[in-house]
Parts: sequence; C-alpha cells; structure tokens
Amino acid sequence: MSEVFKRRDGRAFNELRPVKMKVGVLDKADGSAYIEQGKTKVLVAVYGPRDVHPRHLASPEGAVLRCRYHMAPFSTSERKSPAPSRREVELSKVMRDALAPATFLESYPRTVIDVFVEVLQSDAGTRCASITACSLALADAGIPLRDMVAACASGKYAGRVVLDLDDVEDQEGEADLPVALIPAFDEVSLLQFNGLLTEEEFKEAFNLAIEGCKQLYQVQRETLKAHYAAGKEATVEGT
Amino acid sequence: MSVFFEERKLVYPGELLAEGEYTAGGNTFKHGKRVYASRIGLASVEARKVSVIALRGVYDPQVGDVVVGEVVDLGSLNWSVDIGSPYIGTLNASDVFGRRFDPERQALKDAFNVGDMVVAEVLAFDRTKNPLLTVVGPDLGKVTRGRIEKITPAKIPRLIGKRGSMITLLRKETGCQITIGKNGWVLVTGKTPGDEELAVQAIRLVEAQAHIPGLTDRVTGFLKNKGRQ
Amino acid sequence: MKVIPEITRKRIQELVAKGKRLDGRAFHEYRPIKIEAGIVEKAEGSAQVSIGLTKVLVGVKVNTGEPFPDTPDEGVLTVNAELVPLASPTFEPGPPNEDSIELARVVDRGIREGKALDLEKLCITPGKRVFIVFADVYVLDYDGNLIDASALAAMVALIQAKLRNYKVVDHELVYEEGYIPLPIQHYPLAVTMVKVDGQLLVDPSLEEEQAMESRITVSVDEEGRICSIQKGAGTLSPQDVFEAVRVAKKVAQQQLSYLK
Repeated sequence: MSEVFKRRDGRAFNELRPVKMKVGVLDKADGSAYIEQGKTKVLVAVYGPRDVHPRHLASPEGAVLRCRYHMAPFSTSERKSPAPSRREVELSKVMRDALAPATFLESYPRTVIDVFVEVLQSDAGTRCASITACSLALADAGIPLRDMVAACASGKYAGRVVLDLDDVEDQEGEADLPVALIPAFDEVSLLQFNGLLTEEEFKEAFNLAIEGCKQLYQVQRETLKAHYAAGKEATVEGT
Repeated sequence: MSVFFEERKLVYPGELLAEGEYTAGGNTFKHGKRVYASRIGLASVEARKVSVIALRGVYDPQVGDVVVGEVVDLGSLNWSVDIGSPYIGTLNASDVFGRRFDPERQALKDAFNVGDMVVAEVLAFDRTKNPLLTVVGPDLGKVTRGRIEKITPAKIPRLIGKRGSMITLLRKETGCQITIGKNGWVLVTGKTPGDEELAVQAIRLVEAQAHIPGLTDRVTGFLKNKGRQ
Repeated sequence: MKVIPEITRKRIQELVAKGKRLDGRAFHEYRPIKIEAGIVEKAEGSAQVSIGLTKVLVGVKVNTGEPFPDTPDEGVLTVNAELVPLASPTFEPGPPNEDSIELARVVDRGIREGKALDLEKLCITPGKRVFIVFADVYVLDYDGNLIDASALAAMVALIQAKLRNYKVVDHELVYEEGYIPLPIQHYPLAVTMVKVDGQLLVDPSLEEEQAMESRITVSVDEEGRICSIQKGAGTLSPQDVFEAVRVAKKVAQQQLSYLK
C-alpha cells in the first residue's frame, strides 16, 4: 500500500470518531448519562428498580429490564415523526438484549428497571452510542452490574473495512456491523449485520468492531472516575 | 492469592478485586476464583471477604433497620408506606390498634393518613413479599414536625460516622434532633427553620463528599462558619 | 413468556453434552421441511412452509406506487409479519409487538441485503411509478424457529410469484398476454442457531428455544456471502460468532435446493 487510506473526515480505517461521555447529567432520574460520538448525540435516563405497572408484567425471577429507544423529531435531516417506528421498536429490543446479560436482574424480583434513550442528533451509530451511554447510566443509578457494556459498529465503505461509520459512510457503504461487548468476560451481547461480506471480510470487520468496543470501554471507566473520584461533575473527552 | 484494589480508591462494576480463596461480600460477585465489583464504591477486605460500600443504589431493606417513610395508601387492614425502596412497606392496623382492631368502630385514618410521615422499624423482609413495618418502639411513630432530607442510602454510614462522630457533630452544632433512616431519609427537627436549613445543608455536604478524606474537618468548618451568619 | 420446566431444560443440556438433541437430530440438522407453493391463488405469489411442526404462510401482493425519494429508480419491497393468536397460546391479539416486528425486519434484511430482487427491474417510470412488492408473513403454528420458516417461505413465494406481463408505453403500464416472474437474482437463506451448553444447534425446536443461552441468525446467499446477522437474547463469545457464520454457510449451501 503506497497510500494511507484516509476517510472523508480524515480518519484512518480503524479510528473512532471523537467521543465525549458524561454521567449524572439529569437530576430526577436515578441514573443518567450523555454521549457524543462524532455528531451523534444521545441522552439516557434510568429509573429503578421500581414498582412495576401493570402488575402482570412483574416477574418473580428478577427485575424486568425495559428499554425505550426513541429518536427526537429534530434528530435527523428529515423531520422524524415522534410516533415509535418499527425500527425504534426493534432497536429497543436489541438494546435490552444487549444490556440484560450484564445486569443482576435477579437481585430485584417483581420490579422494573426503565432505561429511556433519547437520540438528540443522529449521525449513524446511534444504537451503539446508546448502549454505551445506557451502561454508564445503569452504573450511575447503582444497579448491580457484572461489567460495563461498550458498543461500536464497523462496516465497509469504498471497498475498505472501516470502524465507526458516520452517516455518509453508513448510507453509501456496503456493510454495517454493530457489536456490543461485555469486556471482563469477553461476551458479545449485541450483534447485527446487514450488507454483503465474505466470511473473511466479516471476521476482519468483527474484530475491528471489538477493538472499537474495548477503546470505548476505557473511556467509560475514565468518565466514571472523573465524575465520582472528584466528587463533582466532569466530562471526559476521548480520541 | 492477590488483591487488586487500593483502599480508599473507588472501584467500578466489572473491576477485578481479588483472585484466590476469597468470598464475595456486599456489592461484589464471584466468577470462578475471581471476585469483581458490581457497583461503584470503596472496596475493602476483611477475613478474606471482599466487600464494596456502594456510592449509589436503592435502599435494600434489612430486618431491624429504622426507616423514615411516607404513608401513600390505606388498605382495609393496613397502610402502604413508601420507604424509598422498590418494595413498598406494609404497616398493619394491628400494629397500632392491637388485635382488637374493629374496622366498623375505628378508622385507619385516625392513626395515619395518606401523606403522613412515620418513623418505623423493618420487622420482616424477603424478596417474595414486601417489607413489614412496625411503629411500636421508642422513638417510632408519626412525625409531627420537621423536614425530611433524602440522601443515597449508601451514604448513611458516613452520615453517622465512626462511633457516631459525624451525627453527634451535626446535632451539636445545629441544635436539631436528627433521626437517620437507614433508607436514606433523614428527619430533621429544629427549634427554628434556620437551624433546620443549616442541618439540611450539612447533610447534603456529607452526601456530596462522603468518600473524600478530610470530610469531618470540612463539615466542622462549614457549620462553624454558617452558624455564625 | 412460557417458562420451560426445569427438568426439560436439564434434559436438553444433558443430551447436548452427549452430542444429542431431544428429537434425535444432529446438531446442524433441520427438522423435516415441507413446502407448498401457490396455495393462495388471489395473491401474486404464496408459499406455506413447515419446518417440523412450525408452519408459516407468506403471501406476496404486488401493487404500483411511488418510489422512495432516495431511490427513485427502484421498486419497493416491504415485509410484514403477524404472530396471529391462533398460532400459539402465547400470542395475543393486538398491534404488532416487538417479536413480530423483529421477525419482519430480520426476514426483510436477509432478502433485501441479499439482493434477492433486482429492484431496478421493478421501475416503471423513474421517480413516479414503481412496483411495490408486499411480502406478508403469517405465522400459523409456532413450534420454534419462526425466522427460518418465514424467510424460506418468503423466498419461495417471491420466486414463484407471477406478475401479469406488461410493457411500459409513454410511462403507462400496458398489460400483455401471459405472466412473468419477479426479477429474482440471488438466493439468500436464513439459518438460525441457538447456543445450549456451549454448542450451536441449528433449527431450534420450541423447547430448545426456551432452554437456550442465546440465539443467532445468519443469512447467507448462494455464493456464500454473509448478508445479514441478528443476535437474539443472551451472549456469545467471539469464537461462537465465527463458528455460527461457518455453520450457517455450510447449512445454507445444503438448503439451496429448496430454492433453485
């Protein structure tokens, strides 16, 4: 390779967008977090464990984890209707499936833990950024966790496997692979893919996404340290 | 056999605390031979048991805890009391009226109504049933005046202090009666609203800086300065 | 959610540890598959697929309409799914819930990303009028693995669908004699696996789904390219992920005979 592959925004193929995370940003919520990854901005609030209504949803085996992924109408270039779309319903489900395995739900039977995600601005990678922020918000709420969950997407753009697609790369690209990782136990809790890749390309893209998750995990730790160890609010900027 | 954390340094969920012949204490869990933290807090090890005092989290009722709660509903034979836990507390009519409680002659409202604050003790609790409370006992019963300040339950031990040093300091400098609910709800009753406000601000200071060393001095300084104003 | 009896869960795990499954199948073996095509004559295409006792019916209807603004010269494919109450004691009447929405979107992605239909050939007048292909998935009997049954039925229904032969004259549709098929160019297939006791089992039965630690669906086209993946509840190790992709490629190749 005589030339170093540079993307539209100048990033290398394995470089994350600039990321900023904050925790404890809302007063009323039991836990909260905010994330910016490139131009994607997501705010998360956690309430619970708390009493569950309607009662019949309660489970004797553990807390019910309820996740609501929602995009603000002004978050996208074309205004999005506030009503929940099918995509938002599916993403709410996969996000819950990504967070539940890291959460000690069995500690709080017959309760609910509500996770509310609001995408304030969408520039691709919203479900991953959301999961990363949800994990911070759950820790902030003092919900017992096995580990933090960090999520990142890789994909293929202009024939190259790349990390952390922005909106243009996502629209024009050939593949999108969002992944969430529970790093302490090397467990994948979110995995979706759409596009066309050979088995080899898939392995390459998957490994790249895992690397991205591990980098974001470090930023999560730094964010928690900066906020709690200092005893005051702080923002940690990464990359 | 190793321990991987530093005393007085915060640990975070998923952080490896110890490996080897250790048991998992509060706010930790064991996976194979390793003990990890499950909440943000300060870790410690005693007699091979690794525990974390959590900075954040809901109130986990324990039998014998004295709590401050709010009556939120009246049943036919009991009151529902919110004690800031995901599980609503139950106070039976028989606890207050004795077993000869007759719903035809007496009304639950006569003792406690919705909105009343009470100081109660947790009589029984397991996760399959809601906590059972009692108001029979010294210093238990209806709260008639004062202010309630809610702080994270995890910070209560810091508010009490070693051998009660912090709470004694607060009571002395503000002249207030302070009843500490293990659920993080603190009842402050003072001679003047100003005294109560001083106590509440001191409590908030303790909550905000519970895990930073030198707290007692800072609180003393705060109370002496504000007290003079 | 129906809870599986603990003894059944244990039984399934014990059998897996010995290399066996509850119904005697091999780890990567499908239950008997039965396909009936064209059973709804009023639909442009239809197929009923049974995998074991799971039964799914897909109907394909074709209308004309406006294209999406960002793809003015492409036809439109829409996949919908209904978990109708008659299919299972656990399905309730009402608007689509997260399970039926996920099913529809996973089936849709396998077909769309696998480029099964050449959408450009479904354009009538760019920017104005295109063919809109509706594939509606109707679950009739739920005994595990709705995704593979639905995806297979959708593909068969699309492949055997018949459109009235037409010509475009002055931007108008003029119908001619006879029928033509939809422009099919690729043959993606969905392979769903569940992880039980560290092993991946292809085509989970209902009990295997209830006993599983996690679930993953991988869609592969006839050339072995991966076109979509969806992980369900639970977790997988990175090694599990690579294994799932490898197994899906192998099994999809074997299943191709149902389509070609």
